[in-house]
Amino acid sequence: MHPLAQAVQEACPDAVLAVSEALGELTLSIAREAVRPVCQALYARFDFDHITDVTAVDLTHEVPRFEVVYHFYSISKNQRIRIKTRVPEDDASIDSICDLWKGANFLERETYDMMGIQFNGHPDLRRILMTEDYDEGFPLRKDFPVEGRGWRDRFDFPISPAQEGGS
Amino acid sequence: MSDASQTIYPDHYGQDEEGLAPPKKRTEEMLLNMGPQHPATHGVLRIVLDLEGETIVKATPHLGYLHRGVEKLCENSTYSQIIPLTDRLDYVCSMANNYAYVRAVEKLLSVKAPIRAEYIRTIVAEMQRIAGHLFWLGTQALDIGAMTVFFYTFREREVLLDLFERLCGARLTMSYYRIGGIDRDLTEDIVLDLRLFLSSFPDKVREYNTLLETNRIWIKRTRDIAVISAKDAINFGLTGPTLRGSGVNYDVRKAEPYGVYDQVTWEVPLGKNGDTYDRYWIRIEEMIQSVRIITQCLDRLPAGPIAADLPNITYPPRDKVMNDMESLIHHFMIATRGFDVPVGEIYCATEAPKGELGFYIVSQGGNKPYRCRIRAPSFIHMGAFDHMSRGYMISDIVTIFGSYDIVMGECDR
Repeated sequence: MHPLAQAVQEACPDAVLAVSEALGELTLSIAREAVRPVCQALYARFDFDHITDVTAVDLTHEVPRFEVVYHFYSISKNQRIRIKTRVPEDDASIDSICDLWKGANFLERETYDMMGIQFNGHPDLRRILMTEDYDEGFPLRKDFPVEGRGWRDRFDFPISPAQEGGS
Repeated sequence: MSDASQTIYPDHYGQDEEGLAPPKKRTEEMLLNMGPQHPATHGVLRIVLDLEGETIVKATPHLGYLHRGVEKLCENSTYSQIIPLTDRLDYVCSMANNYAYVRAVEKLLSVKAPIRAEYIRTIVAEMQRIAGHLFWLGTQALDIGAMTVFFYTFREREVLLDLFERLCGARLTMSYYRIGGIDRDLTEDIVLDLRLFLSSFPDKVREYNTLLETNRIWIKRTRDIAVISAKDAINFGLTGPTLRGSGVNYDVRKAEPYGVYDQVTWEVPLGKNGDTYDRYWIRIEEMIQSVRIITQCLDRLPAGPIAADLPNITYPPRDKVMNDMESLIHHFMIATRGFDVPVGEIYCATEAPKGELGFYIVSQGGNKPYRCRIRAPSFIHMGAFDHMSRGYMISDIVTIFGSYDIVMGECDR
């Protein structure tokens, strides 16, 4: 096993569910409740000071449905790590890591906006790319049509009298 | 910080002419809406500013005006069809986006481009970096009020865009990189003109430098403006010149070398103060370093094929497609049906002119990615905007987001 994975496992017992190394990348699958302790350990003890990305994947046909994916990078050690955790559809929420990495703020907001995952303890969880009053769902979920939903898939624009009579 | 109650409104403000209403001062904070249509926002960006007098107390960016759902479209396009979509992310540096995407897919497929293609990729990526930094330099100076530099930088950028046009037929949305190689080979006359450009370019950079360094107003408006400490810059996830301006030595080209960056000699310029001036200086130095990289690559440019010999993935040569029926069908099949990518996931980072551009691709087999996440540097830089603008004056706001080299096409995706 990768020494870093070993160390994380020792620091947070029972948190790491699976470790995989593929294409030169280290991935840890962890329990949802363990996100904060693992991230705290990565930040404070393993020098993962740079937040690269927070995102989510909608695995429609699996249970639990969503997978929240974190990428961290350690500038001093030149090491990347990927943390994955599963979130069920009926309770799509996870603890926020905004207080550790300030950069997580916008990334978590985007994940919420696109996938509908609630981040508990986020200081300002609003939509970020879609308008704030957007209520047609979460666009990156697999059950959201590519053409969009609502008025966009109907195109029932009123026809002006000039168009009706002419041509 | 100035006391708003004393400076902004005269004592008789709010009093009617007969003097009946008691004199009152307005002391509450003022909300100011900037954008979305504003010439200095480089796209469509809206910022709501909380002001105390002219000092910024809080800045709330409202993004998404240019959101086109690129990540959703990627999930419904074959791997080669995504290349033109990446052009439209950071539309002033499309070569860098192509490169970042193509590298991620190649890693996922475990294929490698031939060595000549790698050289040309590096050359073209550095040309794009120069063009991108020239664009930034011109518009940044223009936003602050130093108009002349804009005309000079766009003159040189034009030379590069002309070279791109001769290379791939397009000036902005290039789609030049292919999975497993590149689209067309560098010709002798392009190399000749590129060398001509490179020989004169360092002098031109000195020219811009003279124009700005002797401009007292410009210096006053960039030095000690939008300062961010190294610790905060890392914590916010900043990358590229914005991070290196604070003195953090992180460049993907050095940390995880790709292309032929590890075979040429060059340096990573680092700033000290983390202010707008340092970020300017870094971009100026990076252009000089790019010239070094391109010159060495041109000197060593090996002969050979420009696309990997992988009939399932790479297109057949162009002249064959035009004259040979089987090659035409072959080309058609790759263009329409695409190719299958093994199950897996990859995060691949590339140093784009604006910072670390990463693609996180999840494949569940098949010819389309299951999930294609784009880690856009401009978006992440906007996350630090509030932190960096607090306490500065309202006139600095344009300098602050200008110093990120922000392009909203990439920020909103």
